[in-house]
Amino acid sequence: MNRMSWFNTVSLSLGFAFLYIPMIILVIFSFNESKLVTVWAGFSTKWYGELMQNEAFLNAAWVTIKVAVFSSTIATVLGTMAAYVLVRGGRFFGRTLFSGMIYAPLVMPEVITGLSLLLLFIGIGLDRGVFTIVLAHTTFAMCYVSVVVSSRLVTFDKSLEEAALDLGCSPAEAFRLVTLPIIAPAVISGWLLAFTLSLDDLVIASFTSGPAATTLPIKIFSAVRLGVSPEINALSTIMIAIVTVGVITASLVTKHQMVRQKRDEQAAART
Amino acid sequence: MRRFALIAIPYLWLLALFLVPFAIVLKISLSDVALARPPYAPQFDWATGIWAFLSDLDFENFVWLTQDDLYWKAYLSSLQIAFFSTLLTLLVGYPMAYGMARAPEEWRATLMMLVILPFWTSFLIRVYAWMGILSNEGFLNQALLWLGVINEPLMILNTNTAVYIGIVYTYLPFMILPIYAALERMDVSLIEAAEDLGCSRLSAFWLVTIPLSKSGIIAGCFLVFIPTLGEFVIPSLLGGSDTLMIGKVLWEEFFSNRDWPVASAVAVVLLLLLIVPIVLFQRNQQKQEEAEP
Amino acid sequence: MTLPVFEPWNDPEAKPLIEFQNVTKRFGDFTAIDDLTIGIYEREFFALLGPSGCGKTTLMRMLAGFETPTEGKIFLSGQDMAPVPPNKRAVNMMFQSYALFPHLSIWDNIAFGLKREGQSKGEIETRVSDMLRLTRLEKFARRKPHQISGGQRQRVALARSLAKAPKLLLLDEPLGALDKKLRQDTQFELMDIQEKTGTTFVIVTHDQEEAMTVASRVAVMDNGKIIQVATPADIYEAPNSTYVADFIGDVNLIEGTATPTDEDTYALHWREGAEPLTVKTATTFSDGQTAHLAIRPEKVTISAERPEDADNAVQGKILDIAYLGNISTYHVELPSGAVIKAQAANTRRIARRSYTWEDTVWLSWTATAGVLLAD
Repeated sequence: MNRMSWFNTVSLSLGFAFLYIPMIILVIFSFNESKLVTVWAGFSTKWYGELMQNEAFLNAAWVTIKVAVFSSTIATVLGTMAAYVLVRGGRFFGRTLFSGMIYAPLVMPEVITGLSLLLLFIGIGLDRGVFTIVLAHTTFAMCYVSVVVSSRLVTFDKSLEEAALDLGCSPAEAFRLVTLPIIAPAVISGWLLAFTLSLDDLVIASFTSGPAATTLPIKIFSAVRLGVSPEINALSTIMIAIVTVGVITASLVTKHQMVRQKRDEQAAART
Repeated sequence: MRRFALIAIPYLWLLALFLVPFAIVLKISLSDVALARPPYAPQFDWATGIWAFLSDLDFENFVWLTQDDLYWKAYLSSLQIAFFSTLLTLLVGYPMAYGMARAPEEWRATLMMLVILPFWTSFLIRVYAWMGILSNEGFLNQALLWLGVINEPLMILNTNTAVYIGIVYTYLPFMILPIYAALERMDVSLIEAAEDLGCSRLSAFWLVTIPLSKSGIIAGCFLVFIPTLGEFVIPSLLGGSDTLMIGKVLWEEFFSNRDWPVASAVAVVLLLLLIVPIVLFQRNQQKQEEAEP
Repeated sequence: MTLPVFEPWNDPEAKPLIEFQNVTKRFGDFTAIDDLTIGIYEREFFALLGPSGCGKTTLMRMLAGFETPTEGKIFLSGQDMAPVPPNKRAVNMMFQSYALFPHLSIWDNIAFGLKREGQSKGEIETRVSDMLRLTRLEKFARRKPHQISGGQRQRVALARSLAKAPKLLLLDEPLGALDKKLRQDTQFELMDIQEKTGTTFVIVTHDQEEAMTVASRVAVMDNGKIIQVATPADIYEAPNSTYVADFIGDVNLIEGTATPTDEDTYALHWREGAEPLTVKTATTFSDGQTAHLAIRPEKVTISAERPEDADNAVQGKILDIAYLGNISTYHVELPSGAVIKAQAANTRRIARRSYTWEDTVWLSWTATAGVLLAD
């Protein structure tokens, strides 16, 4: 089937228009001269300039990045461990509870996760700040990481690990030298997912942050509640640009690797 | 020993930061409000023991939820909004997933990337984008006025309509991806076989394609329905003051009214509501896994 | 000059390299290995043959250390293997899936085990190039596993598992993924390498032809038990049970009751009214005992006339002919309804074939051509 039917072309065009027009408008109006976000008054980059002057936003961005780096890194370690336990751990006491706790945060409404963590932090008298947000983000992000990594581990040929043991590796060496390099792409996507989730999170961060630590989403949310502003458009544009470049690069790299793999395999079959 | 550490570290982390906090929510939902800091009177006291705790356990916060019609209206309206927006997302998402699955193979990866791209973009920003479009002087009203469809700007922002649009927009990728996965796996020769056996194109679609993508449809619907039920950002930015959604009520109960016990009770009831769809979703996923070799 | 016969299993002085002593392995309710005792000698090429699920892979995984026996003991060179983890055993395994590390080059795959032993760089390099030469892979050292063909991957897996010069090499269906032609070539290559390196090989296979080709001894397994251990020729010519006779190659099984007629000779009464069959056997049967005559189709002669001096001769009608190129198998229906298969070499062109469908022919065989089995 090489040509697309009329119906498919129309539904895809309308669908992608729906997905992308709002963001395109957002980007266009970040370059608007006027303070009004809905009336075009000429091209200008002044809102980007103002954004760069805005201490509060810059501080919030810095806090957000710190939180995201720490929480996604810890979450990747914990999530990979949890995935390994789930897929390879065999039976142990409380296994059902463990897998339940891995999957539950994925479907748990953020308001509940946030509320419960806040009550915990207050209960044990922990001062809220960057540290508590990192704890909260790590907890829900590790579940996402473990789902990503365990779906890779399930398809992992167990005999590769056995071969490593057979050739003299201790179990830890087998993991480090064989398992980890092979599942690395899944671990990296787990980290990226955790990082993005942390960058993106408003609700849980609102519950678990203190006055000392405001993240970018919290800042944006309080600004946006008062209505649209060109400064937020500029900020959004920067974030969209970063994500777009990242996603496109990642998909080009994957595509390139797949093409090469396919070519190699064809060449190997011919010898 | 190593194995023990491997299991224990993530296990303890989740116990401490997932299960214990939830137990606290449950406990506080059974406590009284107090004008103190923290603003609740704990019901459980280790000194008096578990029996004393059980004997004067009180469900007054839960009783309160049933008496004040704000709460049950909020639950009902959340269910309603979640249900209809899931349906709308399915109506928008299915044709897209179908179009993608039937697109030439070399385009599929790109189309897939185009669907995933918004998912990696900030949720908040995607909701915000609609504020500028739906407001009274927004682009949608400008366009409609210019076309002469309407004479006066429509009030869309701060209504439930805006909430529906926001939900469909932000959750669309969650609907498209599982349906696309199901449709892409499907063997096109099945349709040819159905047509060969006398089906019209439409009845082949209805009798073959739809049943074979059923698991994808179910997965997609739950992936939209479950998070929508507790949604906070969309109703608070796009909805109006009369938009009742339980996530928003909980937030306000907690931050504005500082009534922690009631907020906790709201959370507990919300979770109870979620159990049914979550269990159904889990079943669907399991069935799908078993169906595959 | 006579070559010394390699038959350590017949030498009461020889100590086996591997000994299973009453080994039982259970997975839950399922008994995979049932009270098994066996000895495998040094330099042997030992084949474990059986249908899938018979326990042969479990047996091999216990040798490698991936499973531990529920009961019983396994000794390697007299040492109890129970407390030794897989990475400390002088045993290497070649996996069915080959289990080549996809992120490492062929060279690094082969060097993997040597590096774990902490050998010096020079030693590793020499050993790896020896292994590459042995398996004719020198040209591919720098490639990744996905860049070579299936047959080459198989050789890399072999080279990798031989690199550490193990006392014992385990091969789990090593040729299962190769096509038939390549498989036959590789079988001889395996035997060659086994002889050159002098390593003891234990191979698991469900392909009886493969087991017969490569092994010095074959163990036929079923339901967690070893039914017979013997040289390929003995397994074929002198199966100890109808199970083995039936599992290996094609066989006619004729059930009847045995009556001793002479020393080592029995008359097998097999059909009402039919002449009893004469069988010579070393095994003793009591009068009237149920017995099975197992006779290979190629040992049954087909002729137009009744042969003069045959020990056994029966008449029948040709029901079916399977033409296999070099030989043909004739399915001959006897008046009683029983069908006996006979094979004849096709020494003449097909058009001049002596027999065709519906022809009445005689089948004959000698008293020693078949084996009389109790069950």
